[in-house]
Amino acid sequence: MSEVSTAVPSVKPAEPLLSKKNRKLISNPLDADNPITVQVLGICSALAVTVQMKPAIVMSLAVMFVTAFSNLFISLIRNTIPSRIRIIVQLSIVALWVIIVDQLLKAYVYDVSKQLSVFVGLIITNCIIMGRLEAFAMGNKPWPSFLDGIGNGLGYGVILVSVAFFRELMGSGSLFGFKVFETAGIPFIGNGLMMLPAGACIILGLLIWAQRARNGYREAH
Amino acid sequence: MENLISIGVRSIFIDNMIFAYFLGMCSFLAVSKNVKTAFGLGVAVIFVLGMTIPLNWMLQNYVLNEGALSWISPEFATIDLSFLGFLLFIAVISAFTQLTEMAVEKFSPALYGSLGIFLPLIAVNCSILGGSLFMIGRPYTLAEATVFGFGSGIGWLLAIVALAAIREKLKYSNVPAPLRGLGITFILVGLMSLGFLSFMGFAI
Repeated sequence: MSEVSTAVPSVKPAEPLLSKKNRKLISNPLDADNPITVQVLGICSALAVTVQMKPAIVMSLAVMFVTAFSNLFISLIRNTIPSRIRIIVQLSIVALWVIIVDQLLKAYVYDVSKQLSVFVGLIITNCIIMGRLEAFAMGNKPWPSFLDGIGNGLGYGVILVSVAFFRELMGSGSLFGFKVFETAGIPFIGNGLMMLPAGACIILGLLIWAQRARNGYREAH
Repeated sequence: MENLISIGVRSIFIDNMIFAYFLGMCSFLAVSKNVKTAFGLGVAVIFVLGMTIPLNWMLQNYVLNEGALSWISPEFATIDLSFLGFLLFIAVISAFTQLTEMAVEKFSPALYGSLGIFLPLIAVNCSILGGSLFMIGRPYTLAEATVFGFGSGIGWLLAIVALAAIREKLKYSNVPAPLRGLGITFILVGLMSLGFLSFMGFAI
């Protein structure tokens, strides 16, 4: 009775919130492990919402928000999900966050929400989110999963914004609605191809070409 | 009847899910490496689209719309549940995909083996949910919605088989190394989509 153990069970030193490993989770998806150009996820919306810069940025923020929080929640309950119905469970959590985003967009930026139309709802089936849930959140702790969501959202945003930059600049000669060429006094004729989704495909193909030429990633046919 | 035919033709060619809206691109790019698997997936997509769109139509018109619940009791005439749309649609779609998967596994194990992982992935194919979301935005009747569902599925099948055929031939051409794979496929899809634009000239 008298021998009360005073030894505290050894506690692992807590990992700092932004350790090197965790920083990698954010920086990797930006280039080497980019969700769009390397993992080939979430293509549909990348092509459809990139006619102008503003909707592209709003869309990337929305996707980042949904990915990060769905990752966090799935990671919290990952050990209790029965594997046979996991897709339904994952989809309902994602749908919950998308409903929140949709209502927020309708309340605060109604014009952009109208412009994005069905693509806000389609965030549910954006493969980036499902892909990250399956590949990362189901097997990792909540905090790294949250960072992974942020990182992949950012990687998606980088591609979306660069495609939108070229499309808006060449298609309507403006950036964020500001007429660049007109102000600089350069005569400009809009390139109709860039306004079509086909233009987005071609720009994205060229971007992938440039990125792979730089970082040396190759694919055998 | 004429109306139904025109909706069918529109959804196959003019409003093609892939080339006009770019929906369902992920599996479109991933499964288009050979014609045979592409065709199998296309058939599964037709089936799921053709079934879930009428189901979701009923859900929208008898449960979700403002006043749609009044068939239960007139007190519910002011209830508007349309904000729950995403959740219910995706639940119907994933449940239906799961059912299809189980049915295929039971009755045709050979097809199940050849489709593999792509069968459950139909649940997250954007064209399925996209089809339902387009459907609620348009004033379709039940029959029109069904035709729209099957038509969109056929359009998707057409697109994926065409791309798979081109990619099979592409193996023999000398593409610059960094452009191989995804890069050249995107450019191809862009060009094919330009071709499909010519259907827009038809007024139906």
